[in-house]
Amino acid sequence: MTESPNPLFEFLLRQGDNALVLGHRTSEWCGVGPALEEDIALANTALDLIGQTQLWLGYAAEVEGKNRSANDLAFMRDAYDFRNILMLEVPNEDFGRTMVRQFLFDAFQVPWLSALRQSSDQRVSEIASKSVKEAQYHLERSAETVIALGDGTPESHARMQAALNYLWPYSGEMFGNDSTDQAMHEQGIAPLPQSLHKPWMQSVSNTLAQACLAVPEDPFAHSGGRTGFRHTEHLGHMLSTMQVLQRSYPGASW
Amino acid sequence: MTESKEWPLWEIFIRGQHGMSHRHVGSLHAPDAERAIKNARDVYTRRNEGTSIWVVEASSITASSPSDKGPLYEPSRDKVYRHPSFYDIPDDAGNM
Amino acid sequence: MYSQMVKSTGKAVPTLAELSPEDRAFQKRIDRGEKIEPKEYMPDAYRKNLIRQIGQHAHSEIVGQLPEGNWITRAPTLERKANLLAKVQDEAGHGLYLYCAAETLGVSRDELYQMLHDGQMKYSSIFNYPTLTWADMGAVGWLVDGAAIMNQVPLQRTSYGPYARAMVRICKEESFHQRQGFHIMIAMAKNGTPEQFRMAQDALNRFWYPSLMMFGPSDKDSVHSAQSMAWKIKMNTNDELRQKFVDETAPQAEFLGLTIPDEKLKWNEATGHYDFSEPDWNEFYDVLNGNGPCNTERLDTRKKAWADGAWVREGMMAHAEKKALKAAKAG
Repeated sequence: MTESPNPLFEFLLRQGDNALVLGHRTSEWCGVGPALEEDIALANTALDLIGQTQLWLGYAAEVEGKNRSANDLAFMRDAYDFRNILMLEVPNEDFGRTMVRQFLFDAFQVPWLSALRQSSDQRVSEIASKSVKEAQYHLERSAETVIALGDGTPESHARMQAALNYLWPYSGEMFGNDSTDQAMHEQGIAPLPQSLHKPWMQSVSNTLAQACLAVPEDPFAHSGGRTGFRHTEHLGHMLSTMQVLQRSYPGASW
Repeated sequence: MTESKEWPLWEIFIRGQHGMSHRHVGSLHAPDAERAIKNARDVYTRRNEGTSIWVVEASSITASSPSDKGPLYEPSRDKVYRHPSFYDIPDDAGNM
Repeated sequence: MYSQMVKSTGKAVPTLAELSPEDRAFQKRIDRGEKIEPKEYMPDAYRKNLIRQIGQHAHSEIVGQLPEGNWITRAPTLERKANLLAKVQDEAGHGLYLYCAAETLGVSRDELYQMLHDGQMKYSSIFNYPTLTWADMGAVGWLVDGAAIMNQVPLQRTSYGPYARAMVRICKEESFHQRQGFHIMIAMAKNGTPEQFRMAQDALNRFWYPSLMMFGPSDKDSVHSAQSMAWKIKMNTNDELRQKFVDETAPQAEFLGLTIPDEKLKWNEATGHYDFSEPDWNEFYDVLNGNGPCNTERLDTRKKAWADGAWVREGMMAHAEKKALKAAKAG
């Protein structure tokens, strides 16, 4: 933990762990969605995210150069080595929180991955080019859902507002700014996440207005996920489920 | 449970390849046309089957009724000249 | 196989001469291999039987998501997780196609759900068994999907057009399911550690007889089945399909180095088939009557998902109606 991290490796873990953790949460819906059509759509989103995980963590493992694979990184690291933002690890709770989270994240991912297509690192650019198309569709679907349910019935409106209020303090972490971000910016690998905050805020506010949802005013932002300093309690439970086979039977091939 | 209104049924038509016509692939439920298109993408093009999607609310389709079968279809049955095999073309005219 | 409770009561299948003129014309169409389409004439009993069969088939797909869904979050690698999720998603898709086929017979999806939830309609007995280890993902794909394919392939020729078309699509998509399961079994039984081999054998031990039960009890004397076969909504007897399944599966188990838990199982030169033991039909009826290991949990999970989703379905519908109203005013 104390050895000085390779910034590119850190950066790649952030991308890969975001996809891994959100993909895992989304996959929890399989079989219990609110309608068959939504169940199937959520599984498509989860499948896209698992695919992105393989690409990001696969490249991270290469950059690390310790002979580990994407699967080693996904299944054999503990919580303090995970670099996903906290918002993606909190429980699904209900379809409302699931879709508001997806929307807040998608609204960041689309401009973020678009910008990464211009990365000075060719592999980053390639992964971003493939992923951004998926993210665009996720955003269309999640934004439409947020609008529909925010504007739907009094109950759906109340649930969406509650979800937004819960998630909002976790959304700020997407725009963190630390030495890894600075290093990526200096090397031309990625823009500063901060630079996306204003356009994100505009597009999110626009959609939330159509959804008749009020943007929470408190600017407080939780942090600790993308640095690995302090995750929520939820991540450990997720990992104990996700990693059970690899941990219980070390060295086995499946 | 049953008092809430069911999402309408939509018929889904997909053009699988450029140059082909849209083909009926099945149906699904959705609250409106926009969502029906998205659902169709997720349900019926999971294996990259489509390039273009049409959705039509099932209740908007007017179908010929089975008892009309005679008058509607039979007149065309004797128009064999609409079928290419009706025309006997000498082999030396080349491929047609 | 999706209406496993065999009914043997009732009168014998009527001959053509005994049928009303309409029903005779209908039966002749089926005999000629014509497809029956939604708005065309069909005897009420044909329609009712189809609703029951397609509905139970659809319910089996969506309840069938649950035992495998149980392991999606614990899949051991990213590849396995993606494969399993894609497979379980396909089952949701197949449920959707089948509900739509049933809807063409004048019953709504919500009504079918209602009948599932209040126990009027059943789903396949197999999904009331628990999935306890990762090897169960292999066994379910290999055995349960293998058994389902036996039944579904001939149903592509069933007499009801929408059902046949749904089955064509389902069979096309299912082709990878059994392979996905068998692939897991190879990794564990043939190439795995001793612990993995043990898990694989244990999964086969638990899933063998429930898989044989999927075909339902012998129905060679069932009038109900004879009528369904005359209508071409059932294409083979339960025993034919079960035998075919055993004949195909036994050599696969041998390939894996696993032992089918049946001392009587052996190749019979004279018949050209494997001899095998019947499953315990008392257990089958227990499961069908709600006393399987997971009946309560499976149904509760479905009911909870449906109840939890009500606000979503209502909210999206309400928004669509508001939007339509606005558009109408603007127009």
